[in-house]
Amino acid sequence: MKIIVCIKQVPDTTEIKINPATGTLIREGVPSIMNPDDKGGLELALELKDKHNAQVTVISMGPPQADTVLREALAMGADRAILLTDRKFAGADTLATSNALAGAIRKLEYDLIISGRQAIDGDTAQVGPQIAELLDLPQVSYLEDLEYDGKNKFTIRKQTEEGYEMVEVDGKLLVTVLASGYKARYMSVKGIVDAYNREVELWGFDNIEVEEQKLGLGGSPTQVKKAFSKSAKAAGEVYEVDAEEAVGIIISKLKEKFIIK
Amino acid sequence: MEIAQYKDVYVFVEQRDGEIQSVSYELIGKARELADQLNEKVVAIFAGHQIANKANELIAYGADCVICMDAPELKDYLTEPYTQAITQLINEKKPSIVLIGATTIGRDLGPRLSARLITGLTADCTKLEISETRELLMTRPAFGGNLMATIICPKHRPQMSTVRPGVMRKMERDAIRKGEVETFVPKFDASKFRVKLLKKVKEDKGKIDITEAKILISGGRGVGTKENFEKLQELADVLGAEISSSRAMVDAGIMPHDRQVGQTGKTVRPDLYCAFGISGAIQHVAGMEESEYIVAINKDKFSPIFQIADLGIVGDVNKIVPLLKERLRITN
Repeated sequence: MKIIVCIKQVPDTTEIKINPATGTLIREGVPSIMNPDDKGGLELALELKDKHNAQVTVISMGPPQADTVLREALAMGADRAILLTDRKFAGADTLATSNALAGAIRKLEYDLIISGRQAIDGDTAQVGPQIAELLDLPQVSYLEDLEYDGKNKFTIRKQTEEGYEMVEVDGKLLVTVLASGYKARYMSVKGIVDAYNREVELWGFDNIEVEEQKLGLGGSPTQVKKAFSKSAKAAGEVYEVDAEEAVGIIISKLKEKFIIK
Repeated sequence: MEIAQYKDVYVFVEQRDGEIQSVSYELIGKARELADQLNEKVVAIFAGHQIANKANELIAYGADCVICMDAPELKDYLTEPYTQAITQLINEKKPSIVLIGATTIGRDLGPRLSARLITGLTADCTKLEISETRELLMTRPAFGGNLMATIICPKHRPQMSTVRPGVMRKMERDAIRKGEVETFVPKFDASKFRVKLLKKVKEDKGKIDITEAKILISGGRGVGTKENFEKLQELADVLGAEISSSRAMVDAGIMPHDRQVGQTGKTVRPDLYCAFGISGAIQHVAGMEESEYIVAINKDKFSPIFQIADLGIVGDVNKIVPLLKERLRITN
C-alpha cells in the first residue's frame, strides 16, 4: 500500500504582518508548525503503515525552509519527503496550489492520498477536494475514522453537522482528515536523528506534470484586492463594581435594550 | 471567457432529508441585495429527490426563480452526483455569482466545482459587495481572524463564494411573493460514482443549534468547571437562552464542540451575547462580534473582550451569575 500525505507549514502566531504594496503576507520571522489537520492525516497514514506495512510519502509546497515540517514527518515515521519549491509556484491561490500538488502526485504511485481538512492560516478547506478533482479521484472530506480491508476497500466515518455518515469506497481516493480524529504520535529520538541524515527531495516545475499557466499567481483565478486589519469596534462601558451592583447594572441595561421586560 | 455573458446570482440550496437548511435562506437574502444592485435575478439551485413542493418557500424568502433538479441520484448529498448536476447547470445557465453555504456539504462541493469549472472560490466570506465595476468583492478573515482580505475573481466566471451559517440575514418570509419554478434534468455518468453512502447517523448533540439562538450565554476559562456551567444553564433557563462556550472549554472536554463559538467553531449573531469568563481572543471574537448586544464579565480588566463589549463588568462571573439568576427569577 502506498500513501501520499499533503502537509502544509503554517505560522503559529497571532503576529502576522502584510506587505502593504502587494497585500501578501510576510512569513519571515514567524515561528512555523505542521498544520494540525495535516498532522492528524499523517498519523492516520502512520497507523496504516503500522497495520498494513504502507509506504508513506509526505509532500509539501512552500519556500525551502518548509523542509522542517517534512523532517518532522520523517522523524514521526514517514518514508519519503518531497518539497515542491520553485518561484513559478509562488503567489498561488488554492486552485493554483492544487494544480502544483496534483502535478507532483501524477509522478508518484499511490493507493490513498491524505490531506488535512483545512489549514489554520487560510481555513479554506479547498486544496484537498481540488486535488481530488484534478486527479479524477473520489473524495471523502471531514474524515474522523478509516478502516482499510487490506485489499482495496475503505470504510470511512465522516463528520456532519448532525452526527456522522458512514461511506465506502472501492479503490483509490483522497480523504481530508480532522485533527480531532487522530492524535499525532511524537517524533522518536532515533527518528529525529535519522531525519536529519535523510534527504528531503526538492522538486521544481521541471519535476512535475502540469502546464505552467496553471501555476502561481498567473494560474490563480482569485486575487487579493486588499488586505487589512480589522477595525476595532468602539468599546462600550466598563464597570468595576461589586457583584450586587453589577447585577443591577446588567438588569437595567437589558431592560433599556428591550432584551428583558 | 466572455464575462459579459454571465449574469444572475445563484444560490446552492442545501437540503438534508428534504429539509431546506437555514443557511440557504440566509444566502438568498444576501443574493437578493447583490442582485438588486446588479439589476439581475436571484436563482435558487434546488437539488434533491421529490422536493419540488418546497420550491415556493425559496421564493417566499427572496428568490426570483427556482431551478429544481429532481433525481434519485440527488436524494442524499454525495460529492460526484452533485458536482456533475451543478456543473451542467452552471455551464448552461452561466451565472455571474454562485453562493454556497460553508457547511460540511458546501465545503465539500464548492472546491470540487471550482476545480471542474476552473474558476475561483473564496471560502467563508463574511462580507459580499458589488464593486463600481460590477465585480463581486468577497471579504473574509484569514490567519485566525487576524487579517481581513478582500478577494476578487476578475477573469473567471462564475464568481463563487462560501458563507458560514449565521453570517448573513434571511429576509422576512413573504408568502405571496411571486417567482418562477423551472426544472433542469442533468445527465449522470454513474461510472464516476465511487463513494457509496452506507448510513447517516444523527446524534443528539444538544437542544438547539446555537446559531439560531436569540440569547447566548457563553462561558470560558473563567467559568472553568462543569458545576459552574450548570449554574450558567440555570441562568439560561430563566432568560430563555442557550449555552455556548469558548474553545478552551471544548478542549477541556467540559462543553461539546457544537457549542463552540469562534473561528474553529460557529459564527453567531444573537440579540444578546454574554461572554462570561471569556478573555476575548481574536479567534473567539471572530465568531461573535456581530452580535447585537454584548455583555462581558471578566476578572481581568485588561481582557480584550472589554474592547468589543457594549457592557463590561470587571468581577467574578461565578459570584455574579447566581445573583443575576435570583434577581431575574424574582422580577419574572
